[in-house]
Amino acid sequence: MTEDSATAERLAADFPALDHKDEDQLLPQLVAHLRQHRSRLRQEWASRIQQAHLLEAMTPQETADETTSVYDNYVEVLETGSVEALQHYARDLSERIIPRGVETHEVVGIVLLLRDVLARSLFEKYQQDFALLNRVLDAYEPAANRIANTVAVSFVEERERIIRQQQDSIRELSTPVLPVRERLLILPIIGVLDTERARQLTEQLLTGIRTHRARVVVIDITGVPDVDQAVANHLVRTVDASRLMGAGVIITGLSPKIAETLVTIGVDLSKMNTIGDLQSGLEEAERMLGYSSGQAGTVG
Amino acid sequence: MDSGPALVSILRQGDNLIASIHTALDDSEMVRFQRNLVDEIGQQRSRGVIIDVAALDVLDSFGSRTLRAIAEMARLRGAETVIVGIQPDVAFSMAELGLGTGSVHTALDLEEGLEYLSGIRLPARDDVHRHLGL
Repeated sequence: MTEDSATAERLAADFPALDHKDEDQLLPQLVAHLRQHRSRLRQEWASRIQQAHLLEAMTPQETADETTSVYDNYVEVLETGSVEALQHYARDLSERIIPRGVETHEVVGIVLLLRDVLARSLFEKYQQDFALLNRVLDAYEPAANRIANTVAVSFVEERERIIRQQQDSIRELSTPVLPVRERLLILPIIGVLDTERARQLTEQLLTGIRTHRARVVVIDITGVPDVDQAVANHLVRTVDASRLMGAGVIITGLSPKIAETLVTIGVDLSKMNTIGDLQSGLEEAERMLGYSSGQAGTVG
Repeated sequence: MDSGPALVSILRQGDNLIASIHTALDDSEMVRFQRNLVDEIGQQRSRGVIIDVAALDVLDSFGSRTLRAIAEMARLRGAETVIVGIQPDVAFSMAELGLGTGSVHTALDLEEGLEYLSGIRLPARDDVHRHLGL
């Protein structure tokens, strides 16, 4: 508390001149006020957070630490008007708390609570002079709203970044190219095959053919619910391209629905080697490669 | 054959001719390549031809048509042709443009091409073998 009041005094001594307008002296004044009552206001804020059942995923100690630093950052932004530092901090904070399962409404909620707690303390301080209070609020509100905005936007952006990252890794995992035998690759595809995934599949398949020197590739689409015309044509082209690289393609596991789609939209399947299930597909592949077929058909 | 760095090379290896295209050829160079290669097949009494296009990062419609034509002429002169070394990007753009090599066999690289040719030579030429790599 003594340290806080010392800071406040120092700040009171040299208010940073934000602007030369008289009104803008109010902001430094209110910053000094918020610094002076830092401890009390922060505690009040923390208890309001608790009452509102926000941040319940975090321990009380963590909540206390975070609220302290959010408070300090908040006041600092009010003082300097520099949103960059806050953006940086908010991103940092989001990175820490998103894995803990903190939701967007909680983050927005706590920032709005802080805004309200601080506004109340200003009402209290300036209650004798309504005109002055109005002017203080005029200075306070835009800054506070900007902060709330910044924090919310940073949080959402961070979440989106994480989602994008996860999508990328899911996509990478989603089209594995597995060498099961010398010269034999398997591509099990599970889930919806959209244009982007089909493109990626082609890329991975063609580079896989070169890397593994594959002669036969089995693409298993048992796990694909449906395809559209663009994807079906893309598959046909992938088969053609593989053949140009010297690898034959067997497609297995066409669902009745996909078969119907392919026939209805009139995809040219004459060059496609399709076989009912993966097991028969592997047997056929081994036959093409010259392995003795028979019991060896079931591989992993 | 012509002055400057060789655009193509045609080498004899046993019964086979190995023709490598080193750089992108324009249409007239492609035609000259075709003529030279078909000549060589007769002179060397080759039974197999491998055309290596690994150095090409594009193969247009004229190029792929000429390769098909070479393969057909070679077959008429008694040699089986394999096209090897089509790069992944080239393969996919060819497929997208609907270009193919027709009935001409393709293989991953020179080694695979040689293996294919030696495989079809010893027994009687048989369609089953052509479908080996499908």
